[in-house]
Amino acid sequence: MTARLRFILGRLVQAVPIVLGIIILNFLLLHLAPGDVATVLAGEAGGAPPEYVAQLRHDFGLDQPLWIQLLLYIKNILSLDLGYSFRQSMPVLQLILERLGPTLLLMGTTLLISVGFGVLLGLIAAMRVRRWADTMISILAIIAYATPLFWIGLMLIVLFSIKLDWLPTTGMETVAAFYEGWDRVLDIAWHLVLPALTLSLFYMALYTRLMRAAMLEQAGMEYVTTARAKGLTERRITFRHILRNAFLPVLTIVGVQIGSLLGGSVIVEAVFAWPGLGQLAFQSLFARDFNLLLVIFFLSAGLVVIVNLVVDVIYTLLDPRIEAR
Amino acid sequence: MIRASLWQRFAASRSGLIGLAILVLVLILAASAPVFFPGDPFAIVDKPFLPPFGTHLLGTDSLGRDMAAGIAHGAGTSLMIGLVATLAALFIGTLIGAFAGFYGGLVDNLLMRLTELFQTIPSFIFAIVLVAILSPSLSSTIIAIAVVSWPPIARLVRGEFLSLRRREFVEAAIVLGMGDLQMIFRQILPNCLSAIIVTGSLLVATAILVESALAFLGLGDPNIMSWGFMIGAGRTYLRTAWWLCAIPGIAILLTVLAINLVGEGLNDALNPRLRTL
Repeated sequence: MTARLRFILGRLVQAVPIVLGIIILNFLLLHLAPGDVATVLAGEAGGAPPEYVAQLRHDFGLDQPLWIQLLLYIKNILSLDLGYSFRQSMPVLQLILERLGPTLLLMGTTLLISVGFGVLLGLIAAMRVRRWADTMISILAIIAYATPLFWIGLMLIVLFSIKLDWLPTTGMETVAAFYEGWDRVLDIAWHLVLPALTLSLFYMALYTRLMRAAMLEQAGMEYVTTARAKGLTERRITFRHILRNAFLPVLTIVGVQIGSLLGGSVIVEAVFAWPGLGQLAFQSLFARDFNLLLVIFFLSAGLVVIVNLVVDVIYTLLDPRIEAR
Repeated sequence: MIRASLWQRFAASRSGLIGLAILVLVLILAASAPVFFPGDPFAIVDKPFLPPFGTHLLGTDSLGRDMAAGIAHGAGTSLMIGLVATLAALFIGTLIGAFAGFYGGLVDNLLMRLTELFQTIPSFIFAIVLVAILSPSLSSTIIAIAVVSWPPIARLVRGEFLSLRRREFVEAAIVLGMGDLQMIFRQILPNCLSAIIVTGSLLVATAILVESALAFLGLGDPNIMSWGFMIGAGRTYLRTAWWLCAIPGIAILLTVLAINLVGEGLNDALNPRLRTL
């Protein structure tokens, strides 16, 4: 137990320079961006005199040397003072918290679909290797792997919403219907189907291929021969022995997927008008609200750091050898 | 001799050959665009919303621009950005990986921390932020894709260097009094080329996907025709003219698929021991 605790603490310490690096990168990008808070505010005020802009610069500490500004920025970020979005007339933190729910719902559903179906399809392909089921699954996975996310989303809308009229085209719920309780849950679930499916497709394909390869690789290992020699049934060998080991590479990729899910959600939320963080990022992009955009950027990188830590911990639970290293 | 056997090994995979055939077709399409569709692909040629297989092979878009011209010119854009961005990423990744793996110690530690930092940041959001700050253009698209794609290459090259560093031919080079740079670039690097080529070829496919997504979001160069832009422009007319989005998407899919298949074929041909996936 203490060994595991020491391992986790070690990982936490390793994460510190990364988080610091992300903050510094964020600060540099914010400085590269055209215009600062003062010019934005002055612009809102409409042709403000230069003295006013200079006063604003002073108030925000923008006339200080760069390294003091950086320290100020780090202090602000760490105390969750994320600034104010003058375009949306709202504190950035409040804006983000409002949009977090829909994005987490979309991401969570996507994670479940892609890991669940990916592992299942990879398992089927590996158990039927070189037969027609395997060939079909492998071909579909290669195609899904090459499909642009935004395009498959649009094509699903054409098929299921416009031609068949089975599912809603955009949004997260039927606002005009004023559903409550379970009706509302059902309505949101209905709206969730196409966005989640679109966002799942790429990683489902990746997990399918990864799982198939890992299953086939593990099946050739010596411990499988040992298990067979002990007289275990093939079913038990596959599900109790091979499956557990084959799942490890999938778990590693889950950490990577979280980061790419956030990027993907910008696209998917833009396609399906899903009211989450991705759409907020998209809006801030075109309103040239760089502070808001960079806070979202920082949070998404921070989320990846946290998820990687969690994955490391789960890893030690699944494979006790890892701590020893 | 070696080349012939390499080709034979590549040709042994049917999917690799299919990919190569599609890729050659796309290359021909891109090269012939100025011949068959001279002039500006943004030019208005006819009434808007003409369906495909009429007077214009692929119809016209919402402004009356020729879809076929857009597809042909877009092929060149995708391939060019995919290739140049990949070369830039290979350049950065190889340099960082080579120095980290060759020198080890503090240099390795620092460079790998940097790599880890860039690998932690979600790449597509990073690319969006970069293009937004540099303002959309051809060069900012290429820079953004290169900046987010180099970390895996650095890790790969570092790994190769770490294992090659202790080999006898490197020790022989040290004994001969060879300089560090010469050892890195003339002796060790050529031995990593096959791994770099395979990863690079797959990276071209990813780069094309990222480019199309950026263009779809309206972050592409406004003066250059691209498939992602065409899909973004056709989006509003999904209900009445779904083919405006469908056709460029199929072009992206086929191109990316072809490059992936060729990359995997190359992997099997160049690294017969490492049949991953």
